[in-house]
Amino acid sequence: MIKDGYYGEFGGAYIPEMLYPPVEELRLNYEKILASKSFQNEFQELLKSYVGRPTPLYFAKNLSKKIGCKIYLKREDLCHTGAHKINNTVGQILIAKHLGKNRIIAETGAGQHGVATATACALMGMECLVYMGEKDIKRQAPNVSRMKMLGAKVVPATSGSKTLKDATNEAIRDWINNPESTHYIIGSVVGPHPYPDLVAQLQSVISKEVKKQLKELEGRDYPDYLVACVGGGSNAAGLYYDYLEDERTKIIAVEAAGKGILTSESAATTQLGNVGIIHGSKTLLMQNKDGQITEPYSISAGLDYPGIGPMHAHLFTSQRAEFISIDDHEAMQAGLALSKTEGIIPAIETSHAFAIFKHKDFQPEDVLVFNLSGRGDKDLATYIDYFKLEE
Amino acid sequence: MIDQKIKNRIEEKIASKDNLLNIYFTAGFPGIEDTRKVITNLVNSGVDMIEIGLPYSDPIADGEVIQKSSTQALRNGMNTSLLFQQLEGVRDEVDVPFIIMGYFNAMLQYGIEEFCQKCNSIGIDGIIMPDLPIETYENEYKTIFEKYQLNFICLITPQTSTERIKKIDSVSSGFIYAVSSASTTGKTDGFGSEQINYFKRIQSMNLKNKCMVGFGIKDQQSFSQVCQYAKGGIIGSAFIKFLEENGVDRTDEFVKNIRFE
Repeated sequence: MIKDGYYGEFGGAYIPEMLYPPVEELRLNYEKILASKSFQNEFQELLKSYVGRPTPLYFAKNLSKKIGCKIYLKREDLCHTGAHKINNTVGQILIAKHLGKNRIIAETGAGQHGVATATACALMGMECLVYMGEKDIKRQAPNVSRMKMLGAKVVPATSGSKTLKDATNEAIRDWINNPESTHYIIGSVVGPHPYPDLVAQLQSVISKEVKKQLKELEGRDYPDYLVACVGGGSNAAGLYYDYLEDERTKIIAVEAAGKGILTSESAATTQLGNVGIIHGSKTLLMQNKDGQITEPYSISAGLDYPGIGPMHAHLFTSQRAEFISIDDHEAMQAGLALSKTEGIIPAIETSHAFAIFKHKDFQPEDVLVFNLSGRGDKDLATYIDYFKLEE
Repeated sequence: MIDQKIKNRIEEKIASKDNLLNIYFTAGFPGIEDTRKVITNLVNSGVDMIEIGLPYSDPIADGEVIQKSSTQALRNGMNTSLLFQQLEGVRDEVDVPFIIMGYFNAMLQYGIEEFCQKCNSIGIDGIIMPDLPIETYENEYKTIFEKYQLNFICLITPQTSTERIKKIDSVSSGFIYAVSSASTTGKTDGFGSEQINYFKRIQSMNLKNKCMVGFGIKDQQSFSQVCQYAKGGIIGSAFIKFLEENGVDRTDEFVKNIRFE
């Protein structure tokens, strides 16, 4: 699907010359490293014994009965640190080691990728700086504490709107100032080539496991539908990866509509965005007519990114994937429903995916695989507040 | 209509003198109506080139000082059309080369050809788009830039390989913008032997384009130092700081303090 760093018209590396040397170094080496035996041995071992893979593919009996189709949940919430993010950070830290880097930087919004990066750095004994918007530091205090406990330095991004996109800008600036010693672990399938491809490949372990597990459970290795939420799109890319060319499987991507796509508070990039450049990648993004990037909104801190990865932009315009936008209210209700129906409290990001049933009908024989990308512990305060649960 | 200017103001300036002082400022900063005032003051204080910054929400190649000025300019209401409007007629008054420095997304949304056409009609001489890579420029936009007689000025850094510098030199025009060290704007402090060696290395390459050094120049000492090895220097953050502290009317003082001849 990717050719010369582009997915159709999307992708590329729109970076200042100052970033060319480290990005080029990564581009020239990442495929070689990913294919090498030493990397694969170490990566597979860590995924198994440290991350806790393979994660179960769980047949959600109660939910299936309620909806009237066959629903499987890929339990990425059971990964170490509580989300799929660690698949990527463990992989990238090994790449950093292969490249001889001793300093790691990352950006984080809700703090999940920051925690996953700090975890991998603690494991490998690497220096770790996580850039986080000043506003997010206040909103996501528990994750800030986790990162600190893991030995990472959390640097507040005080520029612009002081959220995820600015944390990403700050991380990029750090890299410009430290191109030789530092590897930048981007947390999603965004950024300049080769990042979207690198992160998608590291997350593709999700779809590889689904294939194997579904074969055992259903007697066929493909589902009728794959469903995942999309912020930048790393959990979705991981779930879709091995099925991208398999037209028997339909792909559903769920975006956060925030307070609704007709309000100014939304993060539904495909509905509200158009083609532009963000963080070094040509993709769909939310912007004004002058190309100034707009601040998105969603109740879920992991989905309020003003762009989507170039692969998803291509899936959208080529109509390979169907995009559905789910607002805050629908997502919160779906999260509560899943908790009560299956005994699983999902992250609010993930909850968005479980709200599609009002927007889309399925047949009783349809097999759906949802990526349960993260657990909801980090969101308890938001759930409690929203549903007034303490009363 | 294409303005068929016979001369290229940047190339002419570079051929005519040494120790060129190029000053960057953010359009619409500190006040929305200050763009023309800053230009007039810079011209009157004798700068050789002016780099007009089109403010952007996410300027990844810039440091804190320029980003802050950009944020303020955007809040003031600056945008691409307004900047072009403010620059209408500027060529009736001044002959100094103008360069627009901005980010590629702003140009993309305006329309590449429309943007270039507008620049040509106003009398802009060159464009710096740090996040438009040389390969993409060459394959997709070079013919448009050339049609509208706009120089495409590229950055190089101490990490840029000799081979890549040659490539950049062959595709770009106007001058080469040598970033003094691996940094965003406004970050460096004085030049050490490593940087001097880098300036000498570029000097010895006999490039088609002359070199101007930017990033880290803030006073007479740093300016005169780079002028030993390059055609001149570019000042941005230090001038923005000066505007912040002193307003637009004392530009003359700032420029006097930089000049050494």
